[in-house]
Amino acid sequence: MSIGLSHYLIVAAILFTIGVFGIFVNRKNVIIIMMSIELILLAVNINFVAFATHAGDLAGQIFALFILTVAAAEAAVGLAILVVYFRNRGDIAVEDINLMKG
Amino acid sequence: MLPVIAFYVLSATAVGAAFMVIAARNPVHSVMYLITTFFAAAGLFVLMGAEFLALLLIMVYVGAVAVLFMFVVMMLDVDFVEMKRGALQHAPMGIVVGGVLLTEMILVGAASLTQSDGGVKFPEDGTSNLEAIGNVLYTDYAFFFEGVGLVLLVAMIGAIVLTLRRRDGVKRQDIAKQIARTREGGVELVDVVSGEGIGS
Repeated sequence: MSIGLSHYLIVAAILFTIGVFGIFVNRKNVIIIMMSIELILLAVNINFVAFATHAGDLAGQIFALFILTVAAAEAAVGLAILVVYFRNRGDIAVEDINLMKG
Repeated sequence: MLPVIAFYVLSATAVGAAFMVIAARNPVHSVMYLITTFFAAAGLFVLMGAEFLALLLIMVYVGAVAVLFMFVVMMLDVDFVEMKRGALQHAPMGIVVGGVLLTEMILVGAASLTQSDGGVKFPEDGTSNLEAIGNVLYTDYAFFFEGVGLVLLVAMIGAIVLTLRRRDGVKRQDIAKQIARTREGGVELVDVVSGEGIGS
């Protein structure tokens, strides 16, 4: 019994689903939503590395590295926006963000 | 046999901790579970032969992103318990969407199981993973590497610009004003009458 590509794909699929589920359940808390996004990106990274190993091609690992960088930048800017929003409103409830009546 | 056990232990840890990230009441605990998830995922990366990415994952996520999350969670004075209330009313929708997603992806993953040739192999030509990545990252992908550096720079500047604020009532050094100061504006010559001082 050996661990193949599909084992990793299934783990990544479960992580991805947990991330999506987290966005649905924690609709009010932006911080948890951002953590769910990080989980989703992690699942994508696992897929990339698994396929890179499976195909014997390093390009997948390189791409995972770029995703890592973009995820870090996204977290930094997102949290900065969150801090500014909290400073202006004194609250971070996303359901109240309807100033533009969209 | 050891890699198989390691795989199942690490995946169980990752999935369990990921579930606790979205289920924990206290956001600080969520961040802790997020760190656990990333450690387990780093272990999975090592199992897949991506040692460099595994260490990078720990450095970037645990060292930077998780600390950033922790910082923001502790800095914002928000009633998280109040925020958690009524969360489960959206759960049915989440379960439906998540179930459909999970079923689709597992079907695809299982389909690749029948097509794949079994074990995961990586070409062993004597070079380490770090060396192999360095060989392509700084040659074939040099342009993208610099582009990603630019992305990080813009993110850094953006975060600083967003959160910088000038508060009133804070004594701040104004360098331009200091340099523009002249002798005429700063020194006043007064003839003092003996015994009277310069009062009044």
